[in-house]
Amino acid sequence: MSAGERALSDAAEAAAVDARLVSLGRVRGMGVFLVLLGVVTLMAFALGVTGGARATFLLSTPPSIDLSPLVMSVRPVAIACALVCGGLGIVLLVRLRTQGSYLIFSAGFCAFLWAFLAWAARGNTLNFVQMLAETMVAATPLVYGSLSGILCERSGVVNIAIEGQFLAGAFLGAMIGSATGNLWLGVVSGAVAGALFGALLAFLALRYGADQIIVGVVIVAFCTGLTNFLTAQVLTPDQTTLNSPSTFSPFAVPLLDKIPIAGPVLFDQNVFFYGAFALLVLVHVTLFHTRWGLRVRAVGEHPRAAQSVGIHVLSVRYRNVILGGVVAGIGGASFTIGSIGEFSAQMTAGLGYVALAAMIFGRWRPFGALGAALLFGFAVSLQSFLAVLSVGIPSPFLSMAPYVITIAVVSGLVGRVRPPAADGVPYSLE
Amino acid sequence: MRLELAGITKRFGDLVANDGIDLSVEEGEIHCLLGENGAGKTTLMNVLFGLLHADGGEIRIDGEPVRFSDPGDAVRRGIGMVHQHFMLVPVFSVAENVVLGFEPVRRLGFLDRRRARAEIRRLSAEFGLAVDPDALVEHLPVGAQQRVEILKALIRDAKVLILDEPTAVLTPQETEALFTIMRSLVAAGRSILFITHKLKEVLAVADRITVVRLGRVVGHTTPAETDEDQLAAMMVGRSVELVVHKEPARPGEAVLEIAGLRVVDDRGVTVVDDVSLDVRAGEIVAVAGVQGNGQTELAEAVTGMRAVAAGTIRVGGRDLSHATPRRAIEAGVANVPEDRQSDGLVLSLSIADNLVLNQYDRAPYARHGARRLARVRADGERKLAEFDIRAPSAAVAVGTLSGGNQQKVVVARELSRPVKLLVCSQPTRGLDVGSIEYVHRRIVAERDRGAAVLLVSSELDEVLALGDRVAVMYRGRIAGVVDPSVGRDRIGLLMAGIDAVAPPPGGAKGESP
Repeated sequence: MSAGERALSDAAEAAAVDARLVSLGRVRGMGVFLVLLGVVTLMAFALGVTGGARATFLLSTPPSIDLSPLVMSVRPVAIACALVCGGLGIVLLVRLRTQGSYLIFSAGFCAFLWAFLAWAARGNTLNFVQMLAETMVAATPLVYGSLSGILCERSGVVNIAIEGQFLAGAFLGAMIGSATGNLWLGVVSGAVAGALFGALLAFLALRYGADQIIVGVVIVAFCTGLTNFLTAQVLTPDQTTLNSPSTFSPFAVPLLDKIPIAGPVLFDQNVFFYGAFALLVLVHVTLFHTRWGLRVRAVGEHPRAAQSVGIHVLSVRYRNVILGGVVAGIGGASFTIGSIGEFSAQMTAGLGYVALAAMIFGRWRPFGALGAALLFGFAVSLQSFLAVLSVGIPSPFLSMAPYVITIAVVSGLVGRVRPPAADGVPYSLE
Repeated sequence: MRLELAGITKRFGDLVANDGIDLSVEEGEIHCLLGENGAGKTTLMNVLFGLLHADGGEIRIDGEPVRFSDPGDAVRRGIGMVHQHFMLVPVFSVAENVVLGFEPVRRLGFLDRRRARAEIRRLSAEFGLAVDPDALVEHLPVGAQQRVEILKALIRDAKVLILDEPTAVLTPQETEALFTIMRSLVAAGRSILFITHKLKEVLAVADRITVVRLGRVVGHTTPAETDEDQLAAMMVGRSVELVVHKEPARPGEAVLEIAGLRVVDDRGVTVVDDVSLDVRAGEIVAVAGVQGNGQTELAEAVTGMRAVAAGTIRVGGRDLSHATPRRAIEAGVANVPEDRQSDGLVLSLSIADNLVLNQYDRAPYARHGARRLARVRADGERKLAEFDIRAPSAAVAVGTLSGGNQQKVVVARELSRPVKLLVCSQPTRGLDVGSIEYVHRRIVAERDRGAAVLLVSSELDEVLALGDRVAVMYRGRIAGVVDPSVGRDRIGLLMAGIDAVAPPPGGAKGESP
């Protein structure tokens, strides 16, 4: 067999293996789900309203060029959405290729959401642009959290301590930002707080080979207790000096902020938001296109192979886990000096774990994680808007929405994803 | 480049793994290091590659003493290692794997993928190492993965390549292709240190041979001066029987009847596909094939270790298609599994306990739900002698034994009770020649006693020596059942999915389930 023939037969074998690995089962499952959603849309949103019901969506807020509000008649819109959603579901059921199925599913799901929003806002007005803007705000810390997770796990260390690093960053960011009056110092101290706990995780997991999940959980518990205690003992008695930082105000990007819809949503946010996107691009590019990233991924996939070509596995892991801590700490600071301007006990409310779920849903890739973070962010924002619209769902149930979506997504939609092969596995030189 | 090892000594505690080893590899030669498992070959290579530090002796390159503190040092001095267990990242492309740790970069550390590809193409063409730089390594067959490993060494400009047991995972044809590559490498002025325990390969490819035993060099020779028997005697330290003596089989009734068997692996991929096979009492059916063609899963299905997706398995007339391992044991199936350390033994338990794992809860080892430990211990001591297990006592943990003795514990347990069917997977993998002889004798004895034996082995020599019939598996199917006398070449072709006698099936790709 000539060289070329052999390479060709290798390629054919590779293709055969691939075809066997990808199953259509999940695609069919998504199809069934969409068809059901289509039926729900038809029954509940189209037939569940009076014929003349109208919903008004506001499409512009101050900085951007004015667009006239969108006034929709709910029933026809819902019927159209139901048809799109169910139709795409049928497409998923009959097609023979798996490629692009997630895109089709997303489109169908968006149709469902549109019908739902129209139904919820019937006889009322919904500020659609603001809803999207708040989605971005809610997604911001999740992006930091999932990037932290990616940095750690791509090098083979599970960082379940993101929640704790969030709390530590939020606390120290608020305190230092408030005490010094310098918000940038607040960001830096948030990063330092995250880095410290990252270093602790790295030290226990890498130096002593302790179980990374357990160390992570313990760090979260420790950070929760510590910030609770310090809030009660230090911040509260001296609230005005220590726990009243100002916050980064939004910075409107000239010209771009005039774009309808996208302007207020993307170009009139604060520095944490822009930072998240910059970091996202940076992590993506370095991870997949530089020598540094190749080595990080090699260490996370097959540390022995990395070591055999002269890469220092433990140094890479120490560095990445501490970097991950820095990123999570900054994300934590965004909770206080990025939005509310005050630290309160357990204010991160488990979003560190949601960020971890976003990382998994995003398949350990930065832009995948962004998509997931936006989905969760949308759930948060939707929840607050629905509370205002009073759709008749009790608000405690609405507050559950982001977490319910997390569980649904991680268990149902994601299916079997493949984490870095050495993720969470301690490494020891023989 | 000339590589010399002079008086290399390496101790682990009281054990002397390498004892004053002298060896030199001249430019442009293939030097074979021949020795049994445990002779100290791997230790020596790890010293040479900077993974271990020698307690004595020195390494010289072109006469100049060098010290390697890590593999990076060895690589910089022109030494390349092709590891027995490939050091490849499965989800990376060929190009990414080849350049890892040695990446061509542009400004700011950006990978120069184009240069990596070009460099790989150039080396591929120069040495006949066909491989697509953009293919994912996990999709490549083993032979191609090995070429990637060799490219890794070449791109770092290795002058001396160390190949550690490179043929263990290859078909005879792939082995031949590897030898061709090795010859073209030395023709281009590189040198190769080829580590193996396979005598035929040494004689086929070596320029010079160094034999080691128990950490010492026992002799230097060349293929012209020696033959298989002499090499075997040097390697083992006594004359050995290279052939297994057995009478012609006198097969009786079918004991194991497999019909239309389909088995899927952990990923849901069909790995055993419509296999039908009978094994009769008093015969050994050897299943040959390159690793990963479904043999492992076939043996697991027969012993109840893996669920059957379709088809039937009957042993002595009883349907065991959906039997648990427990029911298979009760039906008289003995199992010598492929991975003895994870499937055959509980390493932290004593030898005595391991010897009764399949009957610890019944007479005579238990009564009224309580174990009879004195009986277990006494029987354990007795079996140490009976099965020639070298251990201070039956109370020591089985994990402290050598591989050969561990395997003897497994064999002792499985053959201490009457069995109808003996299933052995890779029964001599990693064993020394003495233990191999022993295990082979026990398998033949079991056959002669009237048991049916299903032997799975990727060692063609073993298949030919033991099998009364040979079933060759390729991509989950039986490519052919032949008499061992048809010879290595025919069986080798079947292992590659090519049936030289029957017309080829219409396009191998069309077979996907």
